[in-house]
Amino acid sequence: MITEAVLHNHDVRGHDVHSEDHHEHHHHETFISKYVFSMDHKMIAKQFLITGMVWAIVGGLMSVLFRLQLGYPNESFPWLEDLLGKWWAEKGHITPQAYYALVTTHGTVLVFFVLTAGLSGTFANFLIPLQIGARDMASPFMNMLSYWFFFLAGVVMMCSIFVENGPFSGGWTAYPPLSALGDASPGSKTGMDLWLTSMSLFIISSLLGGLNYIATVLNMRTKGMSMTRLPLTIWALFFTAVLGVLSFPVLLSGCVLLIFDRNFGTSFYLSDLFVNGVGALPNEGGSAILFQHLFWFLGHPEVYIILLPAMGMVSEILSVNSRKPIFGYMAMVGSLFAIAILAFLVWAHHMFVTGLNPFLGSVFVLLTLLIAVPSAIKVFNWLTTLWKGSIRFTPAMMFAIGFVSLFISGGLTGIWLGNSALDIHLHDTYFVVAHFHIVMGVASMFGMFAGIYHWFPKMYGKYLNNTLGYIHFWATIVGAYLIFWPMHYQGLAGMPRRYYDFSNWESFKDSASINAFLSTIAMIVFMVQLLFLFNFFYSIFKGRKVTTKNPWESNTLEWTTPINPGHGNWPGEIPEVHRWAYDYGKDGKEFIPQDVPLGHDESQH
Amino acid sequence: MSTTAVHNTKWWSGGKSPFNLEYGKVMMWYFLMSDAFTFGAFLIAYGTSRFATNGWPDPNHVFSSYPFKAEGSAAAPLVFVSFMTFVLIVSSVTMVLAVQAGHHQDKKGVVRNLILTIIGGAIFLGCQAWEWTHLHAEGAWWGLNPFTNADGTHATTNFTNFFFTITGFHGFHVFSGVIINIVMLIMTLNNTFEKKGHYLMIEKAGLYWHFVDLVWVFVFTLFYLV
Repeated sequence: MITEAVLHNHDVRGHDVHSEDHHEHHHHETFISKYVFSMDHKMIAKQFLITGMVWAIVGGLMSVLFRLQLGYPNESFPWLEDLLGKWWAEKGHITPQAYYALVTTHGTVLVFFVLTAGLSGTFANFLIPLQIGARDMASPFMNMLSYWFFFLAGVVMMCSIFVENGPFSGGWTAYPPLSALGDASPGSKTGMDLWLTSMSLFIISSLLGGLNYIATVLNMRTKGMSMTRLPLTIWALFFTAVLGVLSFPVLLSGCVLLIFDRNFGTSFYLSDLFVNGVGALPNEGGSAILFQHLFWFLGHPEVYIILLPAMGMVSEILSVNSRKPIFGYMAMVGSLFAIAILAFLVWAHHMFVTGLNPFLGSVFVLLTLLIAVPSAIKVFNWLTTLWKGSIRFTPAMMFAIGFVSLFISGGLTGIWLGNSALDIHLHDTYFVVAHFHIVMGVASMFGMFAGIYHWFPKMYGKYLNNTLGYIHFWATIVGAYLIFWPMHYQGLAGMPRRYYDFSNWESFKDSASINAFLSTIAMIVFMVQLLFLFNFFYSIFKGRKVTTKNPWESNTLEWTTPINPGHGNWPGEIPEVHRWAYDYGKDGKEFIPQDVPLGHDESQH
Repeated sequence: MSTTAVHNTKWWSGGKSPFNLEYGKVMMWYFLMSDAFTFGAFLIAYGTSRFATNGWPDPNHVFSSYPFKAEGSAAAPLVFVSFMTFVLIVSSVTMVLAVQAGHHQDKKGVVRNLILTIIGGAIFLGCQAWEWTHLHAEGAWWGLNPFTNADGTHATTNFTNFFFTITGFHGFHVFSGVIINIVMLIMTLNNTFEKKGHYLMIEKAGLYWHFVDLVWVFVFTLFYLV
C-alpha cells in the first residue's frame, strides 16, 4: 500500500528538506545547467518570458508591415525591398502573398507563442511553486522539456518564414482546403508542412507543461495551503492548464487528419474540388467543416487559455494595490470554473455562417451569451475591489486597471457577435478583428505587462523604471483604443477582414484616411513596446535594487523568499500557511502575510 | 460525523496529496484524459463523416479473412479480429496481475506477468500487421478503397482513410505501451523498484495499458461491429 513515506520520498521536492541540501545543490551548477537546460522553475519561467518577447517583436513587426500595406496601399517604400527582398516587397510594395503570410504568421505567433507560451508558460512556471509554497514543479525535468519543445516549435516556425514559397498564408485558423492542398497557394506548400510540424511540437510542449502545473497545484501545496486559500492567480493558472490539457489534443487530431490529407491522398476534409491549373481533384466524401469543428474545439478554449492567467494576475494585483481583500473570492473562483466549463461548449459560434443548422446555432447563441454572466461577476468584483480602496497607482496597477477597461470594452462587443443573426452581417469584418484584439489580444497583453511589472522585483531583484512604465502604459492604452475603436465602425460598415488593398473597392475607398491613421498609430505603439523592452533589459542589470523582501507589502508566499531565491526557493523550511491571501486592512493592520498565524482575538474573515 | 469532516479538510489543506497519489499518477490520469480527447476527436470525426455518407462497406465482408486461410474455404467474418481483441483483453488481465504482484513486492510475479503482457501486446501488433498487409494486398490503403458499399454502390475512400488512421494511431499507442512495459521489465530485473521500495511505476504503466485496451473496445465496436 502507498504510505506517507512513499509519497514524500521525492528528494529535493519533499516538504521537509533543510537548507544544507540546497547549498550542496549549488556547488555543481554550470552555465549550461543554470541558464540553458535549467530545471529551476524560475529560470524556465524567464526562458519562456524572453522567448515570448522575441516572438512578440517578430509578430508585432509583422503587423507593422501589413499595416503599412493597408494604410498606404499606393505608396512605394523601396527600402522595404532592399530589406526583405523581392518575394516580400517587390518594388517597395508588400506583395499579396507576403501580406497573407504576414497576417497568418502574426496571428499564429501572437496567439500561441506569445499569449499562450509567453504568458501562461512564464507565470505558471514562476508563480505556481512560489505562491503555493513548493520547492519546484512536480517534475522539473518535464518542465525543462516543455520549454525546449516550445523552443523547437519556434525554430521550425522561424524556418518557415525563410523557405522558398514563404510561410503558411491561409490564416491562423488553417482552414482546408487552402491548408490541405499544396497547389492552393504558395504558402500552402512547404510553409504549411512546417506550420503543422511547429504546432505539433507546440502541443507537446503545452501538454508537458499543463500536466506539471495541474499535478503541482494539486499535490505540492505547503501545509495549510488549502485550495480555498490559494491566491486567485493559482486558481486561474490551474484552470488554464486543465483547459490546455483537454483542448489541445483535439487540435492534434485535427492536425493529424490534415497531415494525411496533405501527404497521403486521403479526403477527410476534401470533396469535389477544382483547382486552377490542376483541374478537378479526385477527392470525395470529406468535409471542410469537420476541420473547423476540430479546430474551434481547441480554438475557443484557447481564448480562455490566453485570458484566464491575465484575469488571475489582475485579481491579485488589484487587491494588493487597493490594499483591500479581493471582493467575492469564492465568486471569483466559481466564475473561473464556469468560464472553464463554458469554454468547451461554445465553439460553434465561430461557425454560424458555415451552413450550421440554425437551431443548433441558437443553442450555441444561448451558451455563448451565458459566458457574460461569469464575466460580469468578475468585472463587478474587480470594480468593487477598487471601490474605496487606498489605491497605489504603480505601473502594474495601471496595467491591471487597463485590463479591466479593455475587458469591458471587448466583452460588450462579444455580446453582439454571440448572436447568430447579427453575425450574418458582422462575421469576417473588422468588427470581429476589433473585438478579439481588444478582449483577447490587448487585454491579455495588459495582464502580462501587469504581471511583469509586479513580479519583476521577484524575478530579478531589481525594479523596472516607473517613469518609462507610465509612458508605456498611457501610450499603449490610448494607442490600443485609437487603433481598435475605429475598426468597429469599419466592420459595421461592412469592411471585410483579410483584404489586401481596400483602395480597389468603391465601397471602401472612404476608409483610406482611417486606415492610414490606424497604421500610423500602430507603428507608434510598436515603438513604445521597444521602450518597454529597453526598460526590461536595462533594469535587469542596472535597475534600482530591491532592498526589502516584500516591496509591495503583499500577503502571498513568494514575498517570504529571499530577494534572490536560489533553486528550492526557501533557504530553510517552507513556511506554513495560516490564512487566505487577502487579509488587507483587517483588524487595523494594513496587511497580514499568509504565513502569519491567526491571533487569539482575531476575527474570522 | 465531525471527525470525518476534519479528516476531509486535512486531505485538501496542503502538505500532502489530496488524493493520496504521488504526482506522477496524477499526471498519468490527466494525460489519459487528454489522450481520451484525442481519440474522442478521431472517433467523432469518423462518426460524423460516416453519417454524412449514403453508404458504407460491410465490415462482415471486409474483415472475413484470417492467416493460412485455404483457397475457397468459407469466409469467417470477424473471427480474426475477435482473436486479436481477446488477446489484448487477456493482456490487460496479466497487467493487473503484474500490478498486484508489485503491491506485494513480489518481483518474480511482476516479471512473469510483465513478460506475458508484453507477449500479448506483441501478438496484437503482429495480428494488426497481418491484417494491414492483407488489406493492402486487396488494394486498400489511405486514399484507396477497393470495397463497395454494403448495398453494392460506389464507396468513398473514407472507409479506408479512417480505418488506417485510427487503427494506426491506436496501434502506435499499443506499440508505445509495449516499449514502456519492456522498460518496466528491465527496470524490475535491475532491481530499480526493489531499491525504491515500491512498484508505483508499474501501476502507472498499467494505467496506460488499460487505457489503450479500453480505446480498442471503442475502435473495435465502431469499425468492426457497426
